[in-house]
Amino acid sequence: MSINPALEGRSYPAGEAYVVSREKIREFAAATKASHRAHYDQEAAAGLGHADLVAPPTFAIIVAQRADAQLIGDPESGIDFSRVVHADQRFTLHRPIVAGDELVAELHVDKVRGMGGGAMITTRSEISSTDGAAVATTISSILVRGEEAA
Amino acid sequence: MTPIDFATLEKGQDIGSTTLHVNRADLIRYAGASGDFNPIHWNERFATEVGLPGVIAHGMFTMGAAVTLVEDWTGDPAAIVDYQTRFTKPVVVQDPEGTNPSDAPGTALEVSGVIGALDEAARTARVDLTVVADGQKVLVKAQALVQL
Repeated sequence: MSINPALEGRSYPAGEAYVVSREKIREFAAATKASHRAHYDQEAAAGLGHADLVAPPTFAIIVAQRADAQLIGDPESGIDFSRVVHADQRFTLHRPIVAGDELVAELHVDKVRGMGGGAMITTRSEISSTDGAAVATTISSILVRGEEAA
Repeated sequence: MTPIDFATLEKGQDIGSTTLHVNRADLIRYAGASGDFNPIHWNERFATEVGLPGVIAHGMFTMGAAVTLVEDWTGDPAAIVDYQTRFTKPVVVQDPEGTNPSDAPGTALEVSGVIGALDEAARTARVDLTVVADGQKVLVKAQALVQL
């Protein structure tokens, strides 16, 4: 199955809110080998003026990849997840993500470019808090490798 | 927010370097923390069947681990307002015979950073990161924008 070029311009509405917990921030920080105390200790975070534990700069990938799953899981997309390679990634943080945030992500398929039998797909997640304020924009390109000729 | 004095910074200035290690247990931990359970990051058979040289680290693991250098430099993780990279080479993580995957030394990631650009009006510094594994650059255009 090949990638559906009509995906370009499509968007997927925000799903259920993702609630950022202190424990997930600690777990993600440990998993990326971050040692900064503001990810682990509320006093350290408060000392820097933050309302609660601060998420690492790439934490929003959790929310973005949940949004991406809608596209990958869409039977019309033609994307075989086992052939997906991450090509590039960008995070723009409009404000820090802290524990207690409730985040939703609207997914936009910005670009679909055929490459051989595969395709490069660029998606953008507009992440906002449930009260509507912009929190982060993530942009991700994935390369879906083409199938070898049978 | 950060103890860094913008006026003292110069383009090309070194912000330091660090060496991180990634073993198979680290990849399992990252999979759980991030929710990315693609088996190319934990199953050797599957990884080689899809044409990879072996189990590879999540690109997002490498991106996340590399930026810790910038976090420690700024003194406030929230000062990093923009961070991007391209993933160019896979980071292969071996499972050597006779080792415990939880404390095997794993693959070394050498991370270093220099100031690539300064914007006086916006008071931002762009830190350009270099990440090398097995002698090859694994990230390209890895740039973290720091608000000072």
